[in-house]
Order: sequence, then C-alpha cells, then structure tokens
Amino acid sequence: MSTSPKGIWKVIGASSVGTLIEWYDFYIFGSLATVIASQFFPQTNPTAALLATLATFAAGFIVRPFGALVFGRLGDLVGRKYTFLLTLIIMGGSTFAIGLVPSYESIGFAAPVIVLLLRLLQGLALGGEYGGAATYVAEHAPPGKRGYYTSWIQTTATLGLFVSLGVILLVRHGLDSDINVSIQKFNDWGWRIPFLVSIILVGVSIYIRLKMNESPLFSRLKSEGKVSVNPLKESFGHKTNLKMVLLALFGATMGQGVVWYTGQFYAQSFIETVCKVDFEQSRTMLIWAILFATPFFVVFGSWSDKVGRKWIMMAGMFLAIIFYRPIYQQFLDLSDTTMYQTQTPASTSQPVIHTDEINEQTITTTSIVKTFADGFAYTQKSRDTVFAGISKPVADATPVYTDKKLPATVYWKFVFLIFVQVIFVTMVYGPIAAFLVEMFPTRIRYTSMSLPYHIGNGVFGGLTPFIALLLTTINTGDKLVGLMYPIIISFVCLIIGMVYISNKVDPDVSD
Amino acid sequence: MMNQLRKWMGLIWMLLAPLSMFYLIKTALHQIALHPVTDTKIQWGVFVIVFIPIAIGLCIFGWYAWKEEYKRQM
Repeated sequence: MSTSPKGIWKVIGASSVGTLIEWYDFYIFGSLATVIASQFFPQTNPTAALLATLATFAAGFIVRPFGALVFGRLGDLVGRKYTFLLTLIIMGGSTFAIGLVPSYESIGFAAPVIVLLLRLLQGLALGGEYGGAATYVAEHAPPGKRGYYTSWIQTTATLGLFVSLGVILLVRHGLDSDINVSIQKFNDWGWRIPFLVSIILVGVSIYIRLKMNESPLFSRLKSEGKVSVNPLKESFGHKTNLKMVLLALFGATMGQGVVWYTGQFYAQSFIETVCKVDFEQSRTMLIWAILFATPFFVVFGSWSDKVGRKWIMMAGMFLAIIFYRPIYQQFLDLSDTTMYQTQTPASTSQPVIHTDEINEQTITTTSIVKTFADGFAYTQKSRDTVFAGISKPVADATPVYTDKKLPATVYWKFVFLIFVQVIFVTMVYGPIAAFLVEMFPTRIRYTSMSLPYHIGNGVFGGLTPFIALLLTTINTGDKLVGLMYPIIISFVCLIIGMVYISNKVDPDVSD
Repeated sequence: MMNQLRKWMGLIWMLLAPLSMFYLIKTALHQIALHPVTDTKIQWGVFVIVFIPIAIGLCIFGWYAWKEEYKRQM
C-alpha cells in the first residue's frame, strides 16, 4: 500500500517543511540563550543567568516525552494528519508569543514565568511532531526504500538548527549599517524577530499540510475498525510491546540522542565558552559543518535499506566514543593563546576601560584587542581593584583571553572537526526513523515510537550541554570532563544495541 | 552462546540501574551541601526526578533479558 513516486515526494515535502519549522522554533530559543537570560532572568552572575536559561532549555526537552504520550495517543486514535497539524499550531503559537513577552524590567517576575510556560508548550508540541512525521512518511514509503525516504525527515532537525543560526546571524547583522550598533539593537529588541518570523513559516506549513491525505495504513485500520482504543495501555501495559520500547530506548535512541546533541550543541557551547572563540565564528563554523554533512543523513538512511539499520548506528556510536576526546583536545590546542602571549602583535587596539562597583570596591577591566601576523586575534581582559586611587591587582587578576578570532586555516580545521562529529550524527540518526517505525505495529506506532525517541533525544540528548557544563564545574581540572557523559551513555547503548538488536530490515510495516 | 550472553547481561542492567541512581543521588546531595542555593537544588532535583523512572525502566529491561524475553535479536 505504498504511494506513487510522485506522491511520496509531496508527502516528504509537506512533512519535512513542517518538521523543519518546528525544529527551527525549538532551536532559536537555545541559540539565543545568553540574550534571553539578560532579558528574562536578571542575575548579577552571568553564568547563573545562563544556567537559568539552560534550565528552561532543559525544561523544553524534559517535557518532550510527555508530548510524545499526549500526541502519540491522539495520533493513534484520530490519525497522523490532524495530530501533527495540531502540534504545528501549538509550536508556532508559542514561538510567536515568546517574541511578544515583555522583558523582566517591564512586567517583573511574570516575564520569566510566561517564557517558561511557553517553552514547556514548545517541548510538548515537539514531542508530538516528530513521531507523526516519521510515521506518516514511513507508512507511505515502498518496502526497501523506507530508510531512504524517512532520512529526509531526519535532515530536518539539523536543517532547523541551520536555519535558526542563519536567521539569527542575518538579523544580528541587518539592523544597522554599523555592526556594533546592529548588535546592540539585536540584544535590546532585535532578538524577538526570529521568534516573530516563525508565524509566517508556520502559516505556510499549515496550509500545505491541510492539503495532505491521511496515512494509507492508518486509513485502512480505521475503515476496518481496528484502531487501538487505548494506545497507552497497549504500548506500555503489555510486555510484548513494552520490551520493544525499552530496547528501542536503551539500545538505540539513548546513544543516538547524546551523539546528536554533543555534535551539534555541546560542540558549539564548548567552542564558545571553553575555547572562547568569537560569537560569529563559533556559529558560522557550525553552519558550514552542517551544510557539508547534511546530505549524509540521506546517504546513511538509504544505505541502511541495503545493509540494515543496526550496524550503521552502532558504528556511529563507536566512532563517537573513540574520537570525542581527541577532537575536543584539538579544539583546545588550536585555540590556545600561550604561543601568542610571547609574540609581538601586528596591531594592538586602544585599551577600553570598564568600571564596576562590586562589594564596595571599584573593579576596572581593561580590554585590549591584539591581532597577530597570521590573523589570530583575541581580546585580552585584565582586572584591577582600585583603592583610594592606588591601583592594586585583585586575586583573579590573571588576564583572560576571549573573543578569539581564528585565522582561516585554523577556522577550517574547526569546521572539519565539527563536520566529523556531524557525520557521527548522520550515522546514528539517518536510519533511526525507519528502525523505530519497523519495531512497532501500525495501531500503536505513533505512541510507541515517540516515547523512546523523545526520552533518548529529549532527556539523554537534550540535557547533554547542561550536564557537561555541570561536570566541568565539579571537576575544574579537566576541561574535557564534560565529554564523559556522552561517552558513557553511548558506550552502554552500544553494548545493548550490539547484543540485543537485530540487523534485519522489516519488509512489511502494515502489521 | 549469544542467548546466554543476553540472559546474563540482564543481571548487569538490573545492577547498573540502582548503582547509577545511588551515584547520582550521592553526587546531588554532595553538590547541594557544597552550594546550598536554590539553583543547585533545582538542577540536581530535576536530574534525580527525571532519571529515577529511566533507571526503573533499565531494571525492567534487565529483568526481561534475564527472563530470556530477548532470546532472539529483536
């Protein structure tokens, strides 16, 4: 009961555009974490403010499994089409609303509370979207090409991130001809634009999706009166299906989730906050890496139709475990300023002095931009405490080197190292939609596949940057300690996957 | 041979679940004692609450493996 080749591309197009927009909506919040922190979470300590936002970010991820249950159940009861239309409307509405929430300065404590609630709604909607889109496409796809066709849905999560980064950079640069003024405007009010733009994208997507038909397999079930009356009970109350849900979670999605979020989120966070690479460069290098690596979702999805899903996913996890530490060590080495500190810079900017009153002491921070012959540049920040006009160093007066601008050769090495990580992502993520669809019967597929997917991605994956950051605050001596989390989770998942999961491709998903 | 491996590894998963929870709760209490502020309590509280049901799931998975429910690769 597969759709014609022409029809399947319409199905893929309509499903993918909507899912891409949902990912875009979801990621602009994470990508603007620091700006949102300053608007809605006013704390004197910027790290605490960032953590508050990341907590909200994590809240968006933690509710995803609940969205999977709510909308998965709905999708198995009333159909795939109307359910993922509903998720799109909720996601678009909440994203648009975030762009309208007044700042903490205007309405006080209500501001962060409203933002948190809207963020939770976003998480719920996303929890219902992906399973619907993947199921919908897979139920239209012909046997032997399910991995290939569903891999297009798999590209949307990465492309959503790509579009969110692109829109943010465009808006950040486009608000004024003077870049510094433009950034200032962006931080004041321009950050709202990427949220508000979402309503147009969602409107278009709803229009496209309204024209689509229901999944043929679900329509047949409905006409035969075989639709599940209690998808939650059938999915998780019966051992036959529950054991498959647990296997999908611990043998596949758990590892896939951490590999995904390490490659595309922790990498950016590490480059910006640990390596101290400049805001623009840390984002553009991710954009390039995603652009080069995205076709590989389709390559591995398609390949999985021929050689099976299991070993491609397991190989992705294995490579991630082996290469994460060397890759991140390279990030540190390539952005190290030690060598430059003894060199004479090609140019040095005029010092910019900034004064703060902290604990009745006047702290002055002197910033100097140093540019070297090979193009490497950084801002050197030195702090002093002023007592009665006499300058005296404070305890943490060691200069810090931030806003590093990497020369072209180093920049492209960074792009390559991120690209390699995104390739691991394409290996684990490309075949997984087909893998999950084939594990569960049509009558409870939406519910059964959504929950392990969103626990794996939402909880295990979504918390990766947060847990990794926390690990670095516990063990401050090792800058790579944050990687222990994805490495251990991937390792456990790899073992379970290798021992318990079959490499067999199910030719018939109409059961 | 593989079926025996699947069965006996079930014990590992059943043990891993409470062990990882013990480690998580111990770390959470230690960190909260070191930094007794609301932020720390919320962060670690969320981790413990979220990961407890997952650990129970891992325990059930181990139990199923031990009972040879995964006798053939799934």
